[in-house]
Amino acid sequence: MNEIANIAIIVLIIIGAFLSLVAAYGVIRLPDIYTRNHAASKSATLGVMSILLGTLLFFYVKDGFFNSRVLLGIVFIFMTSPVAGHLIARAAYNSGVKLWDQSVQDDLKNAPHMKKSASKDQ
Amino acid sequence: MAFQILLNVFLGFMWMFLTGSYEPVAFLKGYLFGLLIIFTFRRFFDSRFYLLRVVAVINLLFIFIKELILANIGVLKVLLKPKLDMRPGIFAYPTVLKEDWEIMVLSNLITLTPGTLVVDVSPDNKILYIHAIDIEDAKETIDSIKNTFEKAIMEVSR
Repeated sequence: MNEIANIAIIVLIIIGAFLSLVAAYGVIRLPDIYTRNHAASKSATLGVMSILLGTLLFFYVKDGFFNSRVLLGIVFIFMTSPVAGHLIARAAYNSGVKLWDQSVQDDLKNAPHMKKSASKDQ
Repeated sequence: MAFQILLNVFLGFMWMFLTGSYEPVAFLKGYLFGLLIIFTFRRFFDSRFYLLRVVAVINLLFIFIKELILANIGVLKVLLKPKLDMRPGIFAYPTVLKEDWEIMVLSNLITLTPGTLVVDVSPDNKILYIHAIDIEDAKETIDSIKNTFEKAIMEVSR
């Protein structure tokens, strides 16, 4: 039983660290803010969540201590990080950050509520 | 739904007072009998039997976790390709959901789906503007959103 738990903890923490690394690499490599946001908001969420899950399991198996604050942390990160990604993308779009030049479609530019605010600026 | 849960808790306490034993096991027993009573009298309530809704919420949670893992695999595939040949873009997605919390849950789900991220919601709550990392897949994405997420959310709110 202990061996299985140890293997699960090792796998969870390695996956979490790997996903955080991939998120950092994505922020460096991808061309514009919107595609970077994809990498940052998805990979970082699951990375931190699996590291926290590994920590929870480790202290539960080793000391028999169930730390509910870690569980709450997992829930909070799960709820807040997609909202943060959405707000950053929206703020970037509203302040006029251009999409990557190889982007093919932009429906938001012709949206009725965006047109009104654009004409107010000029 | 909240009324049915409250009634069930009340029936649990009722059982404790009837048997005269004030332990958690007695409350649990009374709660289960109360569940049976509420199931029997379900046609007198306005909303559905509340256990169905609880099952729908749990189902939604599992969809969330599955999509999060799939999204990470999708991002990995795009990132570790030697050439950056994806075609990003923003497309409009008309939604049938009405309530504010439904739109919130749907946009969180879309943000955690492989290759899509919500950029803006129109002021009348009818259209979501979604940034896709690969616009060619967007058509399939729309279909899968319609079939799985919106249906699962409607299952909860119905």
